[in-house]
Amino acid sequence: MPESLTLAWHQYRLERRMFWRNPSAAFFNFLLPLLFLALFGAIFSGNQDDLNVLIPGIAGMSIMATTFSSLVMNLTFLREQGVLKRMRGTPLPEGSYLLGVFGNAVANAMIQLALVIVAGKVLFGTGWPKEWAELAVYTAAGVICLAALGVAWSHVVPNYDSAAAYNNIVFLPVIFISGVFYDVDNAPQFLRDIAQVLPLTHIIDGLSGALVSGRSLADNASGLAVVGIWAALGLFFAVRGFRWDARRD
Amino acid sequence: MAAAAPAILVRDLRKSYGTFEAVRGIDFEVAPGEVFGLLGPNGAGKTSTVEILEGYRRRDGGIVSVLGHDPERRPRDLRRRIGIVLQSTGMYRHITVREALAHWARFYPHPRDVDEVLALAGLDEKADALARTLSGGQMRRMDFGLALVGDPELIFLDEPTTGFDPAARRAAWDVVRSLQELGKTVLLTTHYLDEAQALCDRVAIIKEGRIVAEGPPAELGASSSRYTVAWRSAETGAMESRETEDPTALLHQLTSAALARGDRLTDLSVTRPSLEDVYLELTAEPTPAGAAPAEETADV
Repeated sequence: MPESLTLAWHQYRLERRMFWRNPSAAFFNFLLPLLFLALFGAIFSGNQDDLNVLIPGIAGMSIMATTFSSLVMNLTFLREQGVLKRMRGTPLPEGSYLLGVFGNAVANAMIQLALVIVAGKVLFGTGWPKEWAELAVYTAAGVICLAALGVAWSHVVPNYDSAAAYNNIVFLPVIFISGVFYDVDNAPQFLRDIAQVLPLTHIIDGLSGALVSGRSLADNASGLAVVGIWAALGLFFAVRGFRWDARRD
Repeated sequence: MAAAAPAILVRDLRKSYGTFEAVRGIDFEVAPGEVFGLLGPNGAGKTSTVEILEGYRRRDGGIVSVLGHDPERRPRDLRRRIGIVLQSTGMYRHITVREALAHWARFYPHPRDVDEVLALAGLDEKADALARTLSGGQMRRMDFGLALVGDPELIFLDEPTTGFDPAARRAAWDVVRSLQELGKTVLLTTHYLDEAQALCDRVAIIKEGRIVAEGPPAELGASSSRYTVAWRSAETGAMESRETEDPTALLHQLTSAALARGDRLTDLSVTRPSLEDVYLELTAEPTPAGAAPAEETADV
């Protein structure tokens, strides 16, 4: 294994250890989507159509929370604390560091997704995933896209005190518009138009195909293209604008 | 010994932020194994200079060589051979001291033993403490440890003891001295004179982006040609002092007057300016071109 990948692996291991060392935070992280599932599941109880919208929606929200939101918060914190600057003064390649951090977000996304799928099977009658290939493709695309956008958005956040606000102003509207809690097709036209442009809508759509309807990957190529465009934009700005230093005023 | 290539070479270094010129043409060299201090008030350009040498900032002009590399290109070989102690001390909150050192050690080709570094930094007892529970002084020791774990040839210390209590400062000084004994090259910035005096082989005093004096701390004061002669006046009983380029005549005058009176010349001292006097004089605001002699008071 090339040295840079070995170092990325060690960085990943460290990030995982740091994550679990704050167990109550980890617990509530994983609890929140399950809580949403339970609440909305209670509201929609008995209506399998609504539940079939809810499960992939919450799965998509989980991916966004564990990648986009956590990277916005963590990177802003580490930058402000000077940890990023300190890292940059070592021989650790920047790419190895970022790969380790990215891997950490992906691991959380996988745990979260597994919890939602199991809850869907056990509690809400959606059954096991029907299209595993589509699940893998949309999960991978979603994770890469939303993690890159999280890194890119963290460049905009001026300091840690404002990180939660900067996260919420993106995260909350996006999960509502993208149809986490309802079927986008029932929304007014202008919201539907916005939703079609957002990546999370298509990630949820793909997850829905994989988890609920069993529709094949080929039926949804345009959605994957939208996610791909956002991922490319996110990666470009994630790398381009990366700041290791806290802004000084 | 043949003249070894300098560990650090800086020629006409310049750096501006917008219209503000932080560094205005600095030259200096640091020899291998030397402890070199950049001394100056806050905002003099010390950190800008050091961060250019560390590879954090780009220079606007001049030549910089660190261990034979241009730090601006951030070559990995250079980063393997240097250790950096930044002014800020941020760290993962939930990492233990030992874990941090062990993780950092992986970045380097020939790291030092973690236990050895714990001892060197004076952190044996805190090895299993989480970073968030450390005091400011202990955090600083961890900074030293993290900078040393890769066994670097050259160590940058940017204001390593600012905000320390006296005991913590002494402990940090001991670490720097042990680095010196290990043959490491050290570049440190400080605005404490006693620190420069206690640790540095050579010092450059920096003010408004320029070096205004340079040399071994002991000679910086002595190189000045002025002597201060102080004595207790026989008439008034008060201390008097006078500055002179050559004290011979003045001393002759004083001693013969005392002899003529059949009196003793009490509290006589002849001193040259200390580093502190030179520093205060050089960094006083504003700078007249010829640097007017500062008011000297007799130190008995």
